[in-house]
Amino acid sequence: MDLLFVLLINGLATGMLIFLLAAGLTLIFGLMDVLNFAHGGLFIWGAYSGVWMYHVTNSFTVGIAAAIVTGLVIGLVTEKVIIRPVYGNHIQQILITLGFMLVLQELIKVVFGPSQKAVAPPAFLEGSFMVGDIVLIKYRLFIILIGLVVFFVFAYIFKQTRIGLIVRAGVMNKEMVQSLGINIKLVFMVVFMVGAALAALSGILHAPYSGVIYAEMGLEFSILAFIVVIIGGMGSFKGSLVAALLVGCMQAFMAYYVPSLSLATNMLLMVIVLVFRPQGLFPVKG
Amino acid sequence: MNSLLKLNQVEAYINQYHILHNISFDVREGEVNVLLGRNGAGKTTTLRTIMGLNSVSKGTITYEGENIANEKPHIIANKGIGLVPEDQGIFADLTVGENMSVAMKQENAESTKRLEWVLELFPDLKKFWRKPGGQLSGGQKQMLAIARAYVNENELLLIDEPSKGLAPVVVEKVTESIQQMKDQTTILLVEQNFLMASQIGDRFFIIDNGETVHHGEMEALKTDKAMMKTYLGIS
Ligand SMILES: Nc1ncnc2c1ncn2[C@@H]1O[C@H](COP(=O)(O)OP(=O)(O)O)[C@@H](O)[C@H]1O
Ligand SMILES: [Mg+2]
Repeated sequence: MDLLFVLLINGLATGMLIFLLAAGLTLIFGLMDVLNFAHGGLFIWGAYSGVWMYHVTNSFTVGIAAAIVTGLVIGLVTEKVIIRPVYGNHIQQILITLGFMLVLQELIKVVFGPSQKAVAPPAFLEGSFMVGDIVLIKYRLFIILIGLVVFFVFAYIFKQTRIGLIVRAGVMNKEMVQSLGINIKLVFMVVFMVGAALAALSGILHAPYSGVIYAEMGLEFSILAFIVVIIGGMGSFKGSLVAALLVGCMQAFMAYYVPSLSLATNMLLMVIVLVFRPQGLFPVKG
Repeated sequence: MNSLLKLNQVEAYINQYHILHNISFDVREGEVNVLLGRNGAGKTTTLRTIMGLNSVSKGTITYEGENIANEKPHIIANKGIGLVPEDQGIFADLTVGENMSVAMKQENAESTKRLEWVLELFPDLKKFWRKPGGQLSGGQKQMLAIARAYVNENELLLIDEPSKGLAPVVVEKVTESIQQMKDQTTILLVEQNFLMASQIGDRFFIIDNGETVHHGEMEALKTDKAMMKTYLGIS
């Protein structure tokens, strides 16, 4: 029972990190119809820039802020320089964003050095406490909390603000949104930047969780995010949360019981969803 | 009377296909002008081209004295042109109220007045304010699309086949409401339903194979059996 609970908390924490990465990916796909394989690059840049700032200032909060700012800035540049010329062409998008992903990954090694770096949680999040006879690791709860806060803040924005409504409307019908007088390019840019910032946030939060950062982790982790986007339904924010928690838990349980099969099971989950619900668990209507 | 919108020898492509060959007509302020023509003649493409959703390869589109050809759709929309597309373009997961909110750029006395007016015209929208747009009936969707295009202080509405797929009683209702909107706004209507077109249209333009081939007063067309047969397939 205790073990199951520990694995569940692990799964939820991993799931939240995948959610932060997948949320941007799903919105960028749903709204802009862009397949962004460079998304994992934002994840590692968030991790490295955040950790660097965290170590320099000795403040994890400042590290998180630095990661978010890095995400916004690289997001802005990526949208303007890399994505804008290839709107509407999936093949070009795949090629150029995959290429850019590798560039971002290699640049990490140039800027921060090629070796992996150890990262510990800040003192106030280190260690664990007991509830009854269950051990709760603080940092994992912290990740789950941040993930929930992000989810509810964005759910509020989508439901209650004009920009949120416009984004939801844009996912359903871009042309109509433009015909109602809204500059969709501007909306694209904002969404891309916010998505990039969430990926960077995922990266910095992931660093003390795994205890180590290295340049290739972006690509590895973003595979899970892609699986989540497909399972959740492309363009669905809620779907990305549900699917991410599902994949995170699957990952945690499999990693404990049959580690060699953990990625394969998630792939299998995706295939099953694709067969029975090709539009994903929460399809977005046109 | 002043012409609000004027197309002059407009040509347009969709991908590599030359769809509009020579479209010329003008829409006069305060009138309902109707585009007629067979299926596939290029009526929808004409409206989309005016809205900027399709690019112009030759010719000019003048709106209030300014060439808007190849402007971006949102800039054209903000000049006061509203589109009710053929498929209505309802945001299916958004409620009726949210569909209206996306359209309303600001909430001031003027826009509130327009909203109230249009909700009086279409009481169903008020009744189903919190219902997702995707769950409305065909007629209600059409009403929502028209209301959404109107609420933005637009001076010209482009309405694409509002009667399509609607039961006759609903068509009557939509016809009636468009008639009521005539006092408020200028309308360019695409309509295959000749009864509807003849009830509300002031003038007509016939498009055939991407060209405007005829125009005139609606009254005159009603009695011109030969023209109807040749271009509209109505005998
Ligand atoms: N996306 C497209 N690709 C190629 N041809 C198209 C496309 N959309 C419309 N067409 C063609 O353009 C012509 C005009 O279509 P349309 O403007 O929709 O006609 P209408 O509204 O008068 O029925 C038709 O022959 C149609 O087949
Ligand atoms: Mg048509």
